[in-house]
Amino acid sequence: MNNNAERFRRELLIRVIRGYLDGTLRKDIDRIPIELRPKTMEAASRCCVYKDRAVTKYRLMAMLGCGVEEEVDEAKSLAEYLDDAEKRTELSPNILSVLDIACQACVESQYIVTNACRGCFARPCTFTCPRGAITVVGRQAKIDKSKCIDCGKCTKVCPYSAIIRVPIPCEESCPVGAIKKDETGKEKIDFEKCISCGKCLKACPFSAVLERSQIIDILKALKSGKEVVAMVAPSIIGQFPNRLEQIAEALSLVGFSEMEEVAFGAEKTTRNETAEFFEKMAAGDPLMTTSCCPAYVEAVKRHVPQLLKYVSHTKSPMGYSAEMVKKRSPEAVTVFIGPCVAKRKEAQSDANTDYVMTYEELGALFAALEINLSELHGITLLREADGYARGFATSCGVTSAILQDKAMADSTEKPNAKFINGLDKKSMKLLPLYANGKLPGNFLEVMACEGGCVGGPCSLRDVNLAALAVKKQVEETK
Amino acid sequence: MEKIKVEICVGTTCFVLGASALQDIEMFLPEELKDKVEITGANCLGLCKNSHFGDAPFVRINESIIVSQATIDSVINEIKKLVK
Ligand code: FES
Repeated sequence: MNNNAERFRRELLIRVIRGYLDGTLRKDIDRIPIELRPKTMEAASRCCVYKDRAVTKYRLMAMLGCGVEEEVDEAKSLAEYLDDAEKRTELSPNILSVLDIACQACVESQYIVTNACRGCFARPCTFTCPRGAITVVGRQAKIDKSKCIDCGKCTKVCPYSAIIRVPIPCEESCPVGAIKKDETGKEKIDFEKCISCGKCLKACPFSAVLERSQIIDILKALKSGKEVVAMVAPSIIGQFPNRLEQIAEALSLVGFSEMEEVAFGAEKTTRNETAEFFEKMAAGDPLMTTSCCPAYVEAVKRHVPQLLKYVSHTKSPMGYSAEMVKKRSPEAVTVFIGPCVAKRKEAQSDANTDYVMTYEELGALFAALEINLSELHGITLLREADGYARGFATSCGVTSAILQDKAMADSTEKPNAKFINGLDKKSMKLLPLYANGKLPGNFLEVMACEGGCVGGPCSLRDVNLAALAVKKQVEETK
Repeated sequence: MEKIKVEICVGTTCFVLGASALQDIEMFLPEELKDKVEITGANCLGLCKNSHFGDAPFVRINESIIVSQATIDSVINEIKKLVK
């Protein structure tokens, strides 16, 4: 983590969790925005401390799992929202929302001339612009917005690199164009298009995109004394500088009855996916794609429906893990813990997964309870998941797991495997080509996040360091 | 001259609140400081307890100077003050 917005969010989360667990949250929650931004504070992050407080209030609402877009009474206190959160038994289907008062309505204009422009004699910009949108006024080039078509040719020819492109970070990050300005210039998410990948959440420099947390629901289950199982995604390795055994112990200190590695589910996904691949090929299908990344599956459903018939029917590791847990203990509450926003969506249509918690929330939970993982001895794991299954967390992980599967190793037929490491506007264009057989390959792995799940929007650690840690663990448990 | 001892807290609270980003501080040390400091990880300096987590992550220099809400930049600045 290396930015202020993330740090602030985590600090808030720690306060909320700590307050909820020691029973002081209802009394104190409306004070948090003021305590964090007292009027004596010199530097507000926005125009003034009052606006900061207002934004903080909405942030806290989202942490309580309440949608900011559903607000009807501005005077409703956070304590009352907490009451709502404690009473609810169902989760809302909406996951992301844009906080309009935090959205800065970034400038529409994509290309601007900076003061590095010398108004030179050659003026290649004016010659290169296909629409004659650039003229030199005084000693500065000017772009006529009404003529500019955002082609970007001028940026490449300027000898001083004086013309730059100013992107709108959220729109830039969205692979499917689901976030756009409304009439007021503020960003809005179109939920028909949104694939819940969470990239906008990470991209917005003002943290104006909020995600509805389920943390209160989870803490409530933990407090109630019910059996609550922590299903940790394979990417957990590498999120903390600690061993899996220590994470298991920390989870039990928090009150989880047991830790289930979702890598066990990944073992089953590997077997079934391999079998399905052979079946599909035998039936004459030209292609099969993975189905474990929920944001990718949503992208297919909403944007490339012609590819849907090639998406495997095998469940995701989370799906199998939750099934196994519920089979063992039907009464247990299952909480998937991972780096992913889209899993919240997947969990809503999976009867066996009750809640989803992010690594960020898990880290805040440990910090709130002052659990220091490095001091723990760790508890012995009853069974270690297969190394390849743990490798699901990184890009190409699914493919390598399938290639080493026994059925695959015994077969003479080897897949021609391709992969898409991260969905963005460019790689989205490849999907229809795969659907139409215009690209080679009969097995396609797609991960919406670059680097795989370790690069998820709600992870705690730099994607490269996390990926290294996963790879190391995979090697050790092969 | 004895080396300046820099301890980066890698206890869970500090890690979650930003110490994970301090891990590669060594790479950002200016040349002239490189052989003057010794960087180690510390296990919870005990500064995060009670309500003080808001100031994490913590870095301790020479057993006595505490840098709170530490960033690579603020830690290096603190070290520079000692070298002068
Ligand atoms: S975790 Fe750093 S001081 Fe406690």
